[in-house]
Amino acid sequence: MARPASMRRSRRVGEALIERSMLGCALLSVVTTAAILAILVRQTGEFFAEVPISAFLFDTQWTPLFADKHFGIWPLLAGTFLTSAIAIAVALPFGLLAAIYLGEFATPRIRGVLKPTLELLAGVPTIVYGYFALVTLTPVLQKFMPELSGFNALAPGIVMGVMIIPMITSLGEDAISAVPGSVREGAYALGAGKLATVFRVVLPTALSGIAAAVVLAVSRAVGETMIVAIAAGQQPRLTLNPQVPVETMTAYIVQVGMGDTPTGTLEYRTIFVVGATLFAITFAANLLSQRWARRFRER
Amino acid sequence: MQTTVDSDACLSPPYRTMEPAQMSNPGVAAKLSVQELSAWHGEKQVLVRVSLDLPEHEISAVIGPSGCGKSTLIRCLNRMHELVPGATHRGSIQLDGEDIYASGVDPVLIRRRVGMVFQKPNPFPTMSIRDNVLAGLRLTGMRPGDLDAVVESALQQAALWSEVKDRLREPGTSLSGGQQQRLCIARALAVEPEVLLLDEPCSALDPIATTRIEDLLGTLRERYTIVIVTHNMQQAARVSQQTAFLLQGELVEFTETDALFTKPKDKRTEDYVTGKFG
Amino acid sequence: MNRLRPPATRPPSRTLEHGFRWLCLLAALLPVAVLGVLLFDVVRTGIGRIDVQFLTSFPSRRPEHAGIIAGAVGSLWLVGLTAAIAVPIGVGAAIYLEEYARRGRLATLIEVNVSNLAGVPSIIYGLLGLELFVRALSLGRSLLAGALTLALLVLPIIILSTREALRTVPRGLREAGLALGATRWQVVRQVVLPLAIPGILTGSILAISRAIGEAAPLVVLGALSYVDFLPDGPMAPFSALPIQIFNWTSRPQAGFAVNAAAGIIVLMATLLVLNAAAIITRNRMQKRLGR
Repeated sequence: MARPASMRRSRRVGEALIERSMLGCALLSVVTTAAILAILVRQTGEFFAEVPISAFLFDTQWTPLFADKHFGIWPLLAGTFLTSAIAIAVALPFGLLAAIYLGEFATPRIRGVLKPTLELLAGVPTIVYGYFALVTLTPVLQKFMPELSGFNALAPGIVMGVMIIPMITSLGEDAISAVPGSVREGAYALGAGKLATVFRVVLPTALSGIAAAVVLAVSRAVGETMIVAIAAGQQPRLTLNPQVPVETMTAYIVQVGMGDTPTGTLEYRTIFVVGATLFAITFAANLLSQRWARRFRER
Repeated sequence: MQTTVDSDACLSPPYRTMEPAQMSNPGVAAKLSVQELSAWHGEKQVLVRVSLDLPEHEISAVIGPSGCGKSTLIRCLNRMHELVPGATHRGSIQLDGEDIYASGVDPVLIRRRVGMVFQKPNPFPTMSIRDNVLAGLRLTGMRPGDLDAVVESALQQAALWSEVKDRLREPGTSLSGGQQQRLCIARALAVEPEVLLLDEPCSALDPIATTRIEDLLGTLRERYTIVIVTHNMQQAARVSQQTAFLLQGELVEFTETDALFTKPKDKRTEDYVTGKFG
Repeated sequence: MNRLRPPATRPPSRTLEHGFRWLCLLAALLPVAVLGVLLFDVVRTGIGRIDVQFLTSFPSRRPEHAGIIAGAVGSLWLVGLTAAIAVPIGVGAAIYLEEYARRGRLATLIEVNVSNLAGVPSIIYGLLGLELFVRALSLGRSLLAGALTLALLVLPIIILSTREALRTVPRGLREAGLALGATRWQVVRQVVLPLAIPGILTGSILAISRAIGEAAPLVVLGALSYVDFLPDGPMAPFSALPIQIFNWTSRPQAGFAVNAAAGIIVLMATLLVLNAAAIITRNRMQKRLGR
């Protein structure tokens, strides 16, 4: 059948070009991920060509910058674990209670003010929190704890906890608000009070969402850099004592980054090995968080 | 396209034994001819081998209960159906004898010839009344010489000119609901389509605004071929020359409006128009 | 009716409930109050240090001679370059995902990717920048390398907030445009973007303010803390405000802590101005759009 030109595809070259370039922008994110993975894998591979994996996994000392080199990751993991655990211990109660307040008690107007105010906590640059931890909080804590060292895990942990409160609050509130009103009404209809309803019905129902919030907060704390680089010290140490200087994975990368380590040396590769470990941990935590968050949204 | 869903079990409507597959009105030229059109949203089939000829310069109404596929049918007529994620179709539709779904046909050009007015008035909120009328031209990069003449002509046709001629620079959203819907009609007319599709254009309007639009359709018929989807049988009876009755995606009956309402051939049509269901 | 009225004294459960309610409110307010006190302390320490000398001097071994000009100008360069790189790409990616992408593997892959990238620690971006921009692309420890790294860092934020903004535009308006015979891009350009611009702008400004405060990736990248010249172009070595603050905070002398506090005041004031600008832009544009 003959068709007049009027219905045929006209000049749409520009249109296709625009779509292509937008797709290119979107694909850049995939390229970024690929580049991160490629770099970490390559450097890590070269590192393990020189250092046996057993030395990385089973040695209890991390001293790659010294003459007597040890490459055991555990001291850095311990420092990261310690500061993150303190942060979660601070952020979880505050964040969760705030989430309960926003989700169960606050009027829309109070919510409208309180939520953005809490978000401010996450908007302050981490360098500023680092200053708080080292210059303000540590001297205050030292008055109560004479044993506390000038660099320690406690002060940066606490400050980091304050920083991640909004993360727990925001995701936690989403989870609490996602609990259907009918579930609450069911409890009220049985004569349950507000407290019983919140603790026996709402929170258990919202549990996967709250867990997602906590895991995400853990991931954030593990990856946090400046606070611990400033206030936790630079002494990799296999300890769970919050009063002494430690070094986290992120702080180690900063320490090497500030020095003039020549590229291509073993010392240079250590920051990528540590980076790869850090990436693996945060990536796993993010995936877990997304999975749990999806679970409560799908319900 | 889909091939899996239709089985003959759900495909034996009685009309097919009574009439030829093509339901048409002999003697009137068909502007749009729908042949064996089936459509799906994902796995769900919403149209089952619908065939009908829509005559030029007449108003055809499409009626039927909610979810019978009315909207999908007219959204296929200007290739808007395919914009919904997961939407597919099979069959063909001819505009002046040319298949609008043939490969190489640009849907954008089809939509310029087959205009559409939606259920909810949707003037562009960033644009003035005047700019809304010109939106089709501006969006598509057409530059006619006399814009004022285009605006006046389109608004005159939509019977809105006298009400807005002194406030053309005000936002389109400042109008009442009925005025907004006539503005949307004017907007569709400004690109000079040949066919005008209206998807329940009065369902969000009050009775007075509805009457004005129904009156308007009567005059528009002289210049355009009109297809109107409505859930309101009285409206179909008032404005249209042909009426199609759809039920669960099947075209039950398509004939002259008077005949469909007074002596329906199919029992289901009779039940519907007499209010036994729907 | 009397029997339905609550008794004059509250039963214990009501008191407990009341107490819990206040506890929750306290939990929400206390951290904010702590932040307020800390910031107040910074201002008290540092405000006296802010003068023309501090704002216009280069770093120095002696705290009273040091200033932030190198860091501040470096940060301005970084932010300008980062915005110029990240905003167009981020908005483009968001437009693709919201307006063009069909549901399918590719769209899902990109979406999952973007949300995962948003959770990657900033220091990892520093490692990426070090290997990719500084070494592989031979940009050296330059402003451009820093800006490219920060751009990748804030890209997911811009994509996510732009998608939010695009989603607020009703579907019906897009259909109206398409039904008039407009192409996708014509509808996006002339119908969707004008409505979404306030949201896009706000999101972009917030993403950029994240970039201003970011120190970790820049440290890894090799930003300098002692710079006695101003950058003359995107290939120049650089310092940045947070790097300067980091350096001063890490020094034992008390004078540098005061400098750090003063630097923090400048940084926080900049962020405050940016955020206020974001809010005002949004409100003004929303008013103009009559919403």
